[in-house]
Amino acid sequence: MKVLVAVKRVVDYNVKVRPNGDGSDVEIANAKMSMNPFDEIAVEEAVRMKEAGTATEAVAISLGEAACQDVVRTALAMGMDRGVLVETDERLEPLTVAKLLAAIVKREQFDLVILGKQAIDDDSNQTGQMLAALLGWPQGTFASHVAVDDDRVQVTRETDTGSQTLSFQLPGVVTSDLRLNEPRYVKLPNIMKAKKKPLEKITPMELDVDISTHLAIIAVAEPTQRSGGIKVADAKELVEKLRNEARVI
Amino acid sequence: MTVLVIAEHNNSELHAATLAAITAATQISDAVNLLIAGNDCSSVAKAAARVQGVSRVLLADAPAYEHQLAENVAPLVVRLAEGHTHLLMPATANGKNLMPRVAALLDVAQLSDIIAIKSTDCFLRPIYAGNVIATVQSKDSLKVVTVRATAFEPANAEGGNAAIDQVETSEDLGLCQWVRDDVTESTRPDLTQAEVVVSGGRGLGSAENFQLLEALADKLGAAIGASRAAVDAGFVSNDLQVGQTGKVVAPKLYIAVGISGAIQHLAGMKESKVIVAVNKDEDAPIFQIADYGIVGDLFDILPALSAELDRSVNRP
Ligand SMILES: Cc1cc2nc3c(=O)[nH]c(=O)nc-3n(C[C@H](O)[C@H](O)[C@H](O)COP(=O)(O)OP(=O)(O)OC[C@H]3O[C@@H](n4cnc5c(N)ncnc54)[C@H](O)[C@@H]3O)c2cc1C
Ligand SMILES: Cc1cc2nc3c(=O)[nH]c(=O)nc-3n(C[C@H](O)[C@H](O)[C@H](O)COP(=O)(O)OP(=O)(O)OC[C@H]3O[C@@H](n4cnc5c(N)ncnc54)[C@H](O)[C@@H]3O)c2cc1C
Repeated sequence: MKVLVAVKRVVDYNVKVRPNGDGSDVEIANAKMSMNPFDEIAVEEAVRMKEAGTATEAVAISLGEAACQDVVRTALAMGMDRGVLVETDERLEPLTVAKLLAAIVKREQFDLVILGKQAIDDDSNQTGQMLAALLGWPQGTFASHVAVDDDRVQVTRETDTGSQTLSFQLPGVVTSDLRLNEPRYVKLPNIMKAKKKPLEKITPMELDVDISTHLAIIAVAEPTQRSGGIKVADAKELVEKLRNEARVI
Repeated sequence: MTVLVIAEHNNSELHAATLAAITAATQISDAVNLLIAGNDCSSVAKAAARVQGVSRVLLADAPAYEHQLAENVAPLVVRLAEGHTHLLMPATANGKNLMPRVAALLDVAQLSDIIAIKSTDCFLRPIYAGNVIATVQSKDSLKVVTVRATAFEPANAEGGNAAIDQVETSEDLGLCQWVRDDVTESTRPDLTQAEVVVSGGRGLGSAENFQLLEALADKLGAAIGASRAAVDAGFVSNDLQVGQTGKVVAPKLYIAVGISGAIQHLAGMKESKVIVAVNKDEDAPIFQIADYGIVGDLFDILPALSAELDRSVNRP
């Protein structure tokens, strides 16, 4: 089984992002960048499949500017076999990312693609489902457990009321939720080794995919801020305030 | 301009998040169709027909739609898309699972989790865990959108009188097999609908200690929520996670107990009307957005709160 994992380079989850001066975009010029946390989980799952012998090859792919190869290298250091960078300076929408991924999947005949359930920058939660649609494949989204048995996959998904278990024949798409696994820490020797692993660069044009946009970002703004309230001394005062001041109980 | 809303339901009842999506739809157009795709779900269609603002109910009643598998429902929605300018669904787990698949099949973009409608092609949506609100315009002739239910008032569930049309259904495509649902049983109100939510974090320390929260929730008729840390630690089940990557809630009263207030958590609750924080660390970020804060040990404060609610009987 050949596994492809999509890894996105995003602003680190610890950074508080703000709009820029004229409200045309977010201010991220000097922000710390990392691999999308959900994608670390996706990588971990693929590496475990390799270690368990269910995956024969595990490939990491990122799409975006040249610096995105950093997150591919991180994935390689975690144990992925090789990397692909689809390089472009254009902004990529989830549909475009899905089309580019579909082109790679068709070129190389992957059996399973694992993505994060959502990227924590744009919070779209779309790409995996779109990829499955374009390929006509089944989708196991928001996965908290994945079990591969020969050419079938059983996926347990987090839902609004608990969980749901699905089973499908490969090929298919899985998107990772937070509790699928705990990603390993990358060790220094592995970072050195990862530098020697192959990383292919390719462009959207070479993949013959139209990357024109469907959406325009008109403006970005800060949400209305809540002003902090007061401290109360004890439970008695709190109940009194909730009842007579806020009138919510 | 006609909007098609895809209903969230469980084959017997319409989920309240659907009512919020209908309100969003009526802000776009007066012509609002509501699709009920499910199995043995005619009671849902009847309830849907009574919702104010719905012009027509489309009922797709077939075994293939029983578990809302996106593989089966997406082609149905694609088939029904013609004649509509907007496809809307609440941003529930089902909505998030289905709508991107629909959009890709139609070769259009999808807009996730909108919180306001500026015009028929322009929407507001939170990004970066709600630290930034983006105004996004769609250039597609058909807009596929998921709606954040807490951002729109629910449509009136009674007073409408829409016709119910049966639509053509399909067989199970066989791409994906449903195995089982494990539903967390609870007698409490739905977390996303409750007027009062009592949430616990890592500070609770164990699953057993969540009973202290349960006791408080009982007194307030509240739903229970949790931070990611509490869910990851196994104190409570995943469907209780509030936040950027969990559920978004906006109750009248949100009580955060032993929760530090990470931005990922705030993203799911900062639109609550009144926020209370209980934390032993007076510098915890949660206090920056709390209307009322108590600095102290939750193991003292929770029992005291429950007792205080028992003692003072002048409930409104
Ligand atoms: C301020 C701002 C301005 C923007 N301006 C524009 C604009 O002018 N024009 C425009 O077209 N778009 C614009 N965008 C949209 C934005 O660039 C992308 O559409 C968005 O980042 C993609 O959605 P997502 O990553 O949230 O996808 P999700 O669907 O949430 O991602 C899910 C998973 O898909 C995979 N994935 C997604 N993208 C990649 C990737 N690049 N490489 C590898 N894996 C990936 C990962 O596994 C990820 O976990 C803007 C966004 C913002 C925040
Ligand atoms: C990709 C990603 C997605 C995420 N999504 C979410 C999400 O959707 N929702 C979410 O909640 N988090 C999410 N997180 C995690 C988030 O960053 C925080 O780690 C998490 O919210 C912390 O939970 P907590 O406040 O319970 O724990 P902590 O931050 O450990 O806080 C515990 C608090 O309890 C207090 N405390 C301890 N003991 C007591 C006591 N006896 N009495 C009173 N107070 C006490 C402490 O002072 C402390 O403030 C996400 C993180 C990532 C990277």
